[in-house]
Amino acid sequence: MDFLTVVQILDSTVRLATPLLLACLAGLFSERAGVVDIGLEGKMLIAAFFSAAVAYSTGSVWLGLLAGVAASMVFGVIHGLASITFRGDQLISGVALNFLASGMTVLIAQDWFAQGGRTPALDGAARFSSIDLPGAGALRDVPFIGPIYDDLISGHTILVYVAVLMVPLSWYVLFRTRFGLRLRAVGENPGAVDTAGISVVRLRYSAVLICGFLCGLAGAYLATGLAAGFVKDMTAGRGYIALAALIFAKWRPWYALGACLLFGLLESIGNRYQSLDLLGLQIPSQFMQALPYILTVVILAGFVGKATPPRAGGTPYVKEK
Amino acid sequence: MADGPAPAIELRGISKAFGAVQANKDISIRVMPGTIHGIIGENGAGKSTLMSILYGFYRADAGEILIAGRKTDIPDSQAAIRAGIGMVFQHFKLVENFTVLENIVLGAEEGVLLNTSLGKARKLLRQLSDEYELHVDPDALIEDLGVGMQQRVEILKALYRQADILILDEPTGVLTPAEADHLFRILRGLKDQGKTVVLITHKLREIMEITDTVSVMRRGQMTATVRTAETSPEKLAELMVGRKVLLQVDKAPPRPGEVVLKVENLRIHDEQGVERLRGVSFDVRAGEVLGIAGVAGNGQSELLEVLGGMRPAQGGTVQLTGEALDLTGSRSDARTRRARGIAHVPEDRQREGLIMDFHAWENVGFGYHDDPAYNRGVLMDNDALRRDAEAKIARFDVRPADCWQKARNFSGGNQQKIVVAREIERDPVLLLVGQPTRGVDIGAIEFIHQQIVALRDAGRAVLLVSVELDEILSLSDRIAVMFDGRIMGERLPDTTDERELGLLMAGITDTDRPVATAEVEANLARSGGKAR
Repeated sequence: MDFLTVVQILDSTVRLATPLLLACLAGLFSERAGVVDIGLEGKMLIAAFFSAAVAYSTGSVWLGLLAGVAASMVFGVIHGLASITFRGDQLISGVALNFLASGMTVLIAQDWFAQGGRTPALDGAARFSSIDLPGAGALRDVPFIGPIYDDLISGHTILVYVAVLMVPLSWYVLFRTRFGLRLRAVGENPGAVDTAGISVVRLRYSAVLICGFLCGLAGAYLATGLAAGFVKDMTAGRGYIALAALIFAKWRPWYALGACLLFGLLESIGNRYQSLDLLGLQIPSQFMQALPYILTVVILAGFVGKATPPRAGGTPYVKEK
Repeated sequence: MADGPAPAIELRGISKAFGAVQANKDISIRVMPGTIHGIIGENGAGKSTLMSILYGFYRADAGEILIAGRKTDIPDSQAAIRAGIGMVFQHFKLVENFTVLENIVLGAEEGVLLNTSLGKARKLLRQLSDEYELHVDPDALIEDLGVGMQQRVEILKALYRQADILILDEPTGVLTPAEADHLFRILRGLKDQGKTVVLITHKLREIMEITDTVSVMRRGQMTATVRTAETSPEKLAELMVGRKVLLQVDKAPPRPGEVVLKVENLRIHDEQGVERLRGVSFDVRAGEVLGIAGVAGNGQSELLEVLGGMRPAQGGTVQLTGEALDLTGSRSDARTRRARGIAHVPEDRQREGLIMDFHAWENVGFGYHDDPAYNRGVLMDNDALRRDAEAKIARFDVRPADCWQKARNFSGGNQQKIVVAREIERDPVLLLVGQPTRGVDIGAIEFIHQQIVALRDAGRAVLLVSVELDEILSLSDRIAVMFDGRIMGERLPDTTDERELGLLMAGITDTDRPVATAEVEANLARSGGKAR
């Protein structure tokens, strides 16, 4: 494995980790506020579809992004209505939204585009194009640093950089602002927030909306950045992997970055080495591609050690005497 | 009272119903500024509802609230805080993994960024701490603090929001006598600074000790408001339950028989490897009640769990009527213990004694499902179980006498009666009973105490664990005091008093110096911090 291969794998890692990271941060905001969201998958999917559909129809990826984010936030509001206002079961609401997204996207896609449940391929201004950071071209031929800067750091779409910037931003908001203090408090002990005279409902809705926004970015990136158009169930379980990464990251933004990069790396390796010869043993490509999912199971099986979720997670808030 | 200052709080004709239940009915009180006012009543009398209305948790159906003479509308907690009302709930409203400082500023932050608020709060906190003797480490995590300390944080939270009126709901339930004394000193200090304190409790002693005036609530109504100096505990108790109650348990002198339970050098480690029982030895004879006193969290719970077959022990022996009990392995479980005649009323009835969403009749049978009387071949004979449950419910006067109610729908006292009926009606050789009257109203306390004494008089052995010294003193024939996993000493109820027991509970024996000052203080600070 030479240096360039490594850089290429890492480059693809960054791309593949981006939707995971955005979804993971989305889940982080939601769960930190005490709203468990298993519907990250559905939100990403609906956002992926609407961003691709609108980008194709208008020819503008930005309008597509807007539509994707809006769709995802609408799903967020539905989840909020079910689980905050009507105090329903958060898992059931999330699962229902996943099913809804999975069926609805294909149905509408077929109706609009009649291409078997997909959108037509996007090109030009209907896709996010990669951005070359200043000096990337000039540095390209410098040994070692050149490929790293040119391939790995430069040359991604804007959403990749947004995702990475979201990490410190999330950290700052959660741990350095009044809003963050209240948000974390409401996920731990909503009673404390309520008695302090702050609206639990309003806080949880803002968390759910932030979650919808970030999932919207993740979904739009899938359809208009990573791929060129929407295909059926294109999220492929990334929403669940993001949840696993969230647990792995112990509900912390910086750890989330690490966890998502790890999952991205496995996916990237799986994509690159369809078949691998390990000490004379032929490892089937299916195994390689299943790697991220296997890791998910291992992580959820308790490999991470003690991860304490927000204490009020999953329970609707009811005032007590 | 036309002249003089306006009352700090005045309630006029407050009523509140939950469905068919009238929780508060036409309640009017006045609390003068700079006084400590007690509100006393049985569980379910409506005290907490009334205070929740005052704090904006509920809206009254009728009536008005006047704060400092001005009619005030309190639709939510924010409005209550603005009106200068601070509330210390029975179950603290603290975020466990936040620091003291973060908890204090939560909801009262200045500006969008935290650093500035935290800095200001730190300064103000220091000032408040000095002024009111409320010292707490601002950077400590709540989950590392003992209950007493957490309560101080709650008080500081209210003071930080510049509350003039402080409402405390059952504040001493979780405190040691020493901590309770300290709390009372703090409350008196607040009063001297002109603050108004409302103390909700069902403990007569506290009312007598600290309040200036007291209101009595019964079944949602305010039955009387009197000056504390002009009343007596007996009178208040009568007002609370509407009939005369015996605060002292009437019982014949004990006639101890042979040793039923013999515990020697019992040792337990918890999951973290911390020693919870450090070599405990005692015995209980037939026909006597051995009371184990102590601040919650000093090993009593673990002792009950081992004897009841809920956890293994790491050393020592236990004998029941001369035969050793297995302390580890498959025959150390609760079922085997029950078969040997050990009945167990666990400390936490809601978690260990009952399944809250099951019906009363199902709960009456738990632990005894193998009884042939309840079985027909491989099937349960539910009719038999239900008939038996109905009989027990009738004998123990469980209200409502409806065996199809879920356990959750009974009041604390009636839940406890269900558990006690299940365990006592089996006529056990040994009864283990933990906190038999925690959160139970006076009428039920009396009844449960009578049942325990009756069992003793029938020649059975009773091991009683309670954090209520009154209960220990009035029920026990002998008292053992536990501190930090050891038994500090045994006393006879007639020749000891609360002071002496209180010292033993703090690890101080009469003969020597404190066990180790640091250890005592650490324990006081923890003081059952993890107690349930």
